[in-house]
Amino acid sequence: MRTAFINQLLEEARHNERVCLVVGDLGYHVVEPFAEEFPDRFINAGIAEQNMAGMAAGLAMTGYNVYIYSIGSFPTLRCLEQIRNDIAYHKANVKVVSVGAGYAYGSLGATHQATEDIGALRTIPNMVVCTPGDPIEARAIATLSANYEGPMYIRLGKAGEKIAHAEAKLDLKIGDIVPVMQKEGNAKAVMACGNILASAKQQIETERLPYDLYSVPFVKPLNMKSLQDIVARYPDGLITIEEHQRSCGMGSAIVEQLNDLYAAGGVANYPKVKCIAIPDEFVGVVGNQNYLREVEGLKL
Amino acid sequence: MKELKSERIDELHAIANRARALALTLAHNVNESHSAGALSMADILAVLYSEYIDVEKVKAESPERDRFILSKGHCCASLYAMLAEVGILDRDELLKNFAQNGTHYYAHATHTLPGVELSTGSLGHGLPVACGMALGAKKSGKNFKVYCLVGDGEMDEGSNWEAIAFAAHHRLDNLYLIIDKNQMQALGDTKDVLSLDPMADKLRAFNWDVEEIDGNNIEAIVNALENLMNRSGKPKVIVANTIKGKGVSFMEHNLKFHYSAPKDDELKQALEELA
Repeated sequence: MRTAFINQLLEEARHNERVCLVVGDLGYHVVEPFAEEFPDRFINAGIAEQNMAGMAAGLAMTGYNVYIYSIGSFPTLRCLEQIRNDIAYHKANVKVVSVGAGYAYGSLGATHQATEDIGALRTIPNMVVCTPGDPIEARAIATLSANYEGPMYIRLGKAGEKIAHAEAKLDLKIGDIVPVMQKEGNAKAVMACGNILASAKQQIETERLPYDLYSVPFVKPLNMKSLQDIVARYPDGLITIEEHQRSCGMGSAIVEQLNDLYAAGGVANYPKVKCIAIPDEFVGVVGNQNYLREVEGLKL
Repeated sequence: MKELKSERIDELHAIANRARALALTLAHNVNESHSAGALSMADILAVLYSEYIDVEKVKAESPERDRFILSKGHCCASLYAMLAEVGILDRDELLKNFAQNGTHYYAHATHTLPGVELSTGSLGHGLPVACGMALGAKKSGKNFKVYCLVGDGEMDEGSNWEAIAFAAHHRLDNLYLIIDKNQMQALGDTKDVLSLDPMADKLRAFNWDVEEIDGNNIEAIVNALENLMNRSGKPKVIVANTIKGKGVSFMEHNLKFHYSAPKDDELKQALEELA
């Protein structure tokens, strides 16, 4: 997914001179083509994420569209106040890109697991939070972000994620909820975000579960009308699944929006919503991504 | 190289004291903190806004304007006062609105006001952003300078040292860091809280072009800026040794005025001393 994103960003940079890529000394075998083709618009800021985020805000204030890129917690939690104050408050044109969503770097332990980032970033005003579910969505969000003026968080997987969409190319708008699999007669819908999308799809197919599947590539903002339509269509309710803490993740965002819709009379019957997410704990054992998903019960 | 006549030095001194007087009046009116830190940097502001920064470009928000970032945003009262002095802010509006409910005149530096580039006061933010602006100027072929004023207590923040390494590595010689070294921070003298001396030597070791001066001396500030502007290849820093509370006898090096606004009688005496 990260390679699909960076390759598309490279394509965008070819006709958009404002695109700059700043890395925190990470991205081996991913960012080199960008660095070689656009040495003047590629900066390795070193292992110094606070300066990377603040500096990116300043660079953006001179007219650039600046992408900062590193692993999981480093470009997000490590420099959260710079993201809040320097980037989001000033509506600086900075895209915060993290790789290794959820347990992608599972065997390295909790220090490298990105399991609280959606929550931290989505509470910050002015931030759009993108959680692409496969390489197709990652490419679409690279294009969208290159043409979007303002702060954005883009949460990528790592490498080797399966493609979930049948279409070779998607044209996403901010807030879109994207159907992945639909079958006549299904009364329940699964909503997945991030790189667990393909796993959810595989489980539905393998176990022949009677669920439709939607991808949620934008945790913030969510398109209220789309959510309203989905709720109306599935009388047995929704299941949300994400590789993130339950608190303040995608499932939380859906429930918050449903609550608002229900209070405002936008939803006739409040649906049953089952939220599958990490149950407020650091995973206690070593494991690869699939193993840790099993340990934490991240399956339908 | 610019040399100021003694009459002009006197004028700048008077401008700095007018800014001090207005800053204290603002703090007094709404009982806001950080009066003493606003006074220590007033001479530096007077020099920058009267001799170096093209105010018309700031007013026009020109992409070519010099940028000034006050990283020690808690001391914004004297910045606002200086912006009023040069006509970027309206003095009456400032007096009416400072720290008042429903206005945009926050009691820490805020980008919601004309002429203020960055909202600050959470410390250690200004210099990294200034680095980005300076880098952006170089990348886009613009000639503007970026000035960033920090407090010496603020230099405790690790983000500043990340930025100091970055600026030297990228040879940001359009970046001017000014350290208002008034030697006090929230709970005491900087040498007792977290000593960073010798500050100038540390910055030289980081490969910065350093001038160390009396930061309350107009002529010394101008000479330091002129010296730095005549050299290239390294980011530039003035270690400005100042006096917290400068210009008001009972406020000088008095920790009380890190917190307290002057009371009625204190303001009266302060304005008399600054007149």
